Amino acid sequence: MNTVNLTMAVVLGGLYATGFYLLLQRSLMRVLLGIVILGHGANLLLQLAGGSQAGRPPMLGDVPIGQMADPLPQAMALTAIVITFALTTFLLALAYRAWQLLGHDEVQDDVEDRRIRRLEAELAHADEETEQELDSEATR
Amino acid sequence: MSELVAVPVLLPLGAAGLSMAFGRFADVQRWLGLLVLGVIVVDAAVLLYFADVHGPLVLHLGGWAAPVGIALVADRLAALLLLISVIVMFAVLLYSIGQRITDYGRGTASTTFHPIYLVLCSGVSLAYLTGDLFNLFVAFEIMLASSYVLITRRTTANRVRAGMTYTIVSLSSSVLFLTMIGLVYAATGTVNLADLALEMGELPPAPVRALALLMVIVFGVKSAMVPLHFWLPDSYPNAPAPITAIFAALLTKVGIYAMIRTQILVFEREPSWPLMLTLAMATMIVGALGALAQNDLNRMLSFLLVSHIGFMLFGLGVYDIAGLTGVILYIVHHITVQATLFLVSGLITRYTGTVALSRMGGLAKISPLVAVLFAVPALSLAGVPPFSGFVAKLALLRAGVGVGTVWAQVATAVVVLTSLLTLYAVARVWSRAFWGQVREPEGDPDPSDELVVGTGDTSRGMVHATGVLVLSTVLVAVLAGPLAEVSQRAATDLITGEAYRAAVLGGGSGG
Repeated sequence: MNTVNLTMAVVLGGLYATGFYLLLQRSLMRVLLGIVILGHGANLLLQLAGGSQAGRPPMLGDVPIGQMADPLPQAMALTAIVITFALTTFLLALAYRAWQLLGHDEVQDDVEDRRIRRLEAELAHADEETEQELDSEATR
Repeated sequence: MSELVAVPVLLPLGAAGLSMAFGRFADVQRWLGLLVLGVIVVDAAVLLYFADVHGPLVLHLGGWAAPVGIALVADRLAALLLLISVIVMFAVLLYSIGQRITDYGRGTASTTFHPIYLVLCSGVSLAYLTGDLFNLFVAFEIMLASSYVLITRRTTANRVRAGMTYTIVSLSSSVLFLTMIGLVYAATGTVNLADLALEMGELPPAPVRALALLMVIVFGVKSAMVPLHFWLPDSYPNAPAPITAIFAALLTKVGIYAMIRTQILVFEREPSWPLMLTLAMATMIVGALGALAQNDLNRMLSFLLVSHIGFMLFGLGVYDIAGLTGVILYIVHHITVQATLFLVSGLITRYTGTVALSRMGGLAKISPLVAVLFAVPALSLAGVPPFSGFVAKLALLRAGVGVGTVWAQVATAVVVLTSLLTLYAVARVWSRAFWGQVREPEGDPDPSDELVVGTGDTSRGMVHATGVLVLSTVLVAVLAGPLAEVSQRAATDLITGEAYRAAVLGGGSGG
């Protein structure tokens, strides 16, 4: 098992916390930034998974073989960066489209939430009516 | 021989580029798509035969032996699911071609649909065949990226909202997936699935448990396991029928497959896994009750999909050969049935113009054929004999009773209850949509989008494609004997893991 030094662990924790915090926001732009930051966190984690040599070049000849960084996590991080980059672009386009169509970039309630709210409003309305009826009967 | 393993992954990717280049020639695109999927069906059948007779086929990409290089592995489970998936993809492509020709005529095609569909096929195949955790992530991304595009094509306000939910949830779970890979690599120093199983055994139990749980969460989001299911009924119903059908049939099932593959191959466990049984019960009940509360046909089907994911989780929770046999049979049955139901729902909305069950009626008189096409998969989903669902459910129930722990018995009772609720849900659709007074189709609420409804006609292509799928669900029931035997052998392979490990790590001269 590889271990991570404290600074890096704190940085990782900060990135994930910020990312998830932004992900929970109402504005699409912030959600998007959250995804970007989370992606950075994950990529850094992949780098660190290579062990204590992470950060050194993974090349033959530049450093002694014993001190070379593990190339596999770097390859994985590189792939992951490309993928998150492409998907971020896609999300940006989608957010722009949402802004075009809706005029704002708020995340909307889902269908079920809206149904429940409507039901609630109807029930509250019905309650008011029965109360009014009872009141009018009482005054009569 | 082992080169055949790469065909389902590489052929559609290459063909996607070609298809893009022929964007202006609608017919070329169509024939290319059908041809490629046809070839893969044959290839998958050959793979299944070989894997069953001679053991897993392994291809070491780039000539690097595992665990250093990436291996593609076609064992019984992967080949079987690949075969079923590609057959469904073929039928759904036929349906969408039929629909397109009916609505827009022969001359035009939407430039992007066919290439993206082929990329989706490549991603699904890679997810089944890969023997490497990071490669599995790439497969998921290929699959999901194309699904993002398919779900948001021709965006209307409603589809942007649905697509947003879908994309953001999937992306978050992908980030978790990456995190999991990072942690797995830090702990074991490998991402090869066969090798991971060996390395995990040497770790202390606490990190192993944490990694197993993280994998459950990651694949739980992808496969819509309660309580991580909320995105599915919100996003799937907004896409056109063929796209919803292919998503419902394949994407969640690939999640389940990944869950089964990673949990069973990598971690050691005793039969009857309480956590998974609990999650399965929650998934079954929440999905079924959610389905009963819906008036929208597609949303109801989506909730039923969630509920039936629970059946597969239940089999995984039982965690012995009988349970896994049940799961494999169930996945095979469910891929065909769920795709068929969404396609039929597409046919239904052509006659009604609405997805609201309360505004449908008399469909059995308008189109008896659609009624039959709905009845067979619906009864099959509910598990009524002699259809395919009955065979698969019977296998699951026997496994649940057979394992003998109290928790498994309780879960078995929930399986029976959920089957009844499913029957009630589809019977409700039947009585509302197919019986009652005949109604005129409502007009298309939004003619600008891709969802063409209420035209009152269907083309032969659409009906034939749905018919092919209905027949294949019947075929699953007819061939239940041999299928169950193959599933049992696949499940035995999974539990022991010997054949898989030996094939991947052993020879290393496959390429």
